[in-house]
Amino acid sequence: MISVQGVSKQFGDYVALDDVSLEIRDGSLTALLGPSGSGKSTLLRIIGGLEQPDRGRVAIHGRDATDLPPQRREIGFVFQHYAAFKHMTVRDNVAFGLTIRRRPKDEVAARVDELLRIVGLGGYAKRYPSQLSGGQRQRMALARALAVEPSVLLLDEPFGALDAKVRAELREWLRRLHEDVHVTTLLVTHDQEEAMSIADDIAVMDDARIEQVGSPRELYDHPSSAFVMGFLGEVSQLAGRLVRPHDIAIAAEAVDGAHEAMVSRVIHLGFEVRVELMLSGGEAVTAQVTRTEADELELSAGDIVWLRSAGTSALRAAEARG
Amino acid sequence: MVVSRGTRLSLRTLALAYLFVLVAVPLGLILYRTFEHGLGAFWDQVTTPASISAIRLSLAIIAIVVPLNVVFGLVTALALARGRFPGRGALQAVVDLPFAVSPVVVGVSLVLLWGVRGWFGGLADAGIQIVFSLPGMVLATIFVTLPFVVREVEPVLHEVGDDQEEAAATLGARRWQTFRRITLPSIRWGLAYGVVLTIARALGEFGAVLVVSGNVPGESQTLTLLVHARYIDDHNVFGAYAASTVLMLMALAALLLMTILNRKREAA
Repeated sequence: MISVQGVSKQFGDYVALDDVSLEIRDGSLTALLGPSGSGKSTLLRIIGGLEQPDRGRVAIHGRDATDLPPQRREIGFVFQHYAAFKHMTVRDNVAFGLTIRRRPKDEVAARVDELLRIVGLGGYAKRYPSQLSGGQRQRMALARALAVEPSVLLLDEPFGALDAKVRAELREWLRRLHEDVHVTTLLVTHDQEEAMSIADDIAVMDDARIEQVGSPRELYDHPSSAFVMGFLGEVSQLAGRLVRPHDIAIAAEAVDGAHEAMVSRVIHLGFEVRVELMLSGGEAVTAQVTRTEADELELSAGDIVWLRSAGTSALRAAEARG
Repeated sequence: MVVSRGTRLSLRTLALAYLFVLVAVPLGLILYRTFEHGLGAFWDQVTTPASISAIRLSLAIIAIVVPLNVVFGLVTALALARGRFPGRGALQAVVDLPFAVSPVVVGVSLVLLWGVRGWFGGLADAGIQIVFSLPGMVLATIFVTLPFVVREVEPVLHEVGDDQEEAAATLGARRWQTFRRITLPSIRWGLAYGVVLTIARALGEFGAVLVVSGNVPGESQTLTLLVHARYIDDHNVFGAYAASTVLMLMALAALLLMTILNRKREAA
């Protein structure tokens, strides 16, 4: 378990972390999700020992690590821009941590071969990082971090520098790797889709604080604030409440508690249909329905319909802004 | 920029003629004068006791100055590139100072400091000769060559960034291991280039060394000082040409090395 207690960090006048506490379950894959500048990378670097907190404690597997240098934290760290050792071959990169620990040569060779096979770089041992693609470099960096059998794996926007297709592939691959290796993993990302698709738990950060921690489903269905709700998905406002567009039910007839609205535009996006509406009070609302529903309602611009919130993730707007 | 063929050719000719008249002709003339009486006459001039002593002294100064500048230069470059400390701006300025100060002034200030009437003049009474001896010449050469290693290594450190060093630390490498295995290999060409520049500058240094050397042939005369002494004091013009040629050959070796390293650095 990683335990962060009351950690604060300032760079000059800039507050990067403000009294942050967080517990990360053993063996879990947790995402630190937030916009840039929210403090997520700083928190990760403090856990890794690359930055010192101004206040607060960090414990890794029950051992207070606050004053330990990174060398003695038994962590693996993966950087956004790979941090490949450019003057070393792929093999020497992966072997680095073991060579430093003066492990026997044949043991190192065997371990490196195994890791290169796991990350799919079996044939690349003698290449230099400059001869690899971005995705390959990052897999090499992962193998290098895993070589020393860290008790915790820390990933700082590991797929941030890759293009969308490679990013999606590596994301899946990391998920499968985590299921095999089961090392406690903390991943920093600003991409909510990445966090939702890969993580067991998500800690949403904003403005130097942790907003909410929970499973992707919990956060999506029961966001504690407008920020979390908005960061994890689209949000519409319906009569003073924040609602997911797909949680807005559209009826052709007046229903109890429903709000009258006029359809201003219907946009077909393949299976789903986005409906832009105008409430009788003049507020604009966006709803999202399936194609079947849209066809049944025969929606077109100018129609009068009735809207109500049908989902569980509604937040009262005034309260959420609190 | 679109330039007509005629303009291009005349610009090229102009540039070549400029280099030819200002650089190639004078140097070529010295080579011609050196070897016009054959290799034997040249050899006689460069193997006189004064000449051998001057070559040895120049090489000795380089042998002392280069390691000192490498150590100091690396530490300073690391501090400037990686450190955040008060006075960093001042340090930046001080490192460039030797570029701005005239070498003769450097020599005079060293005499003021280390001479018999200087702050550390007591050392001379204790039998430790600084000025008008090898230590003085080394101090003067260090002063004028101080910026080269720092100025070649620091930008490379910035460019490489500290990602790799941080990665090494998380993998268990201690500070010294990280320096030796990660930092040093990534700055090696910049460092080598700085060393070559230091050597070239040290070989050619005249003003600062002249003031603190005493300029005694066979004792405290570097190769550059020997050229000057033969030409001005001894009216041994041919001897001056011969010594110049040796100096040029040594500088040329450094220059060649510099070109090769520069290519490697760009390729790396």
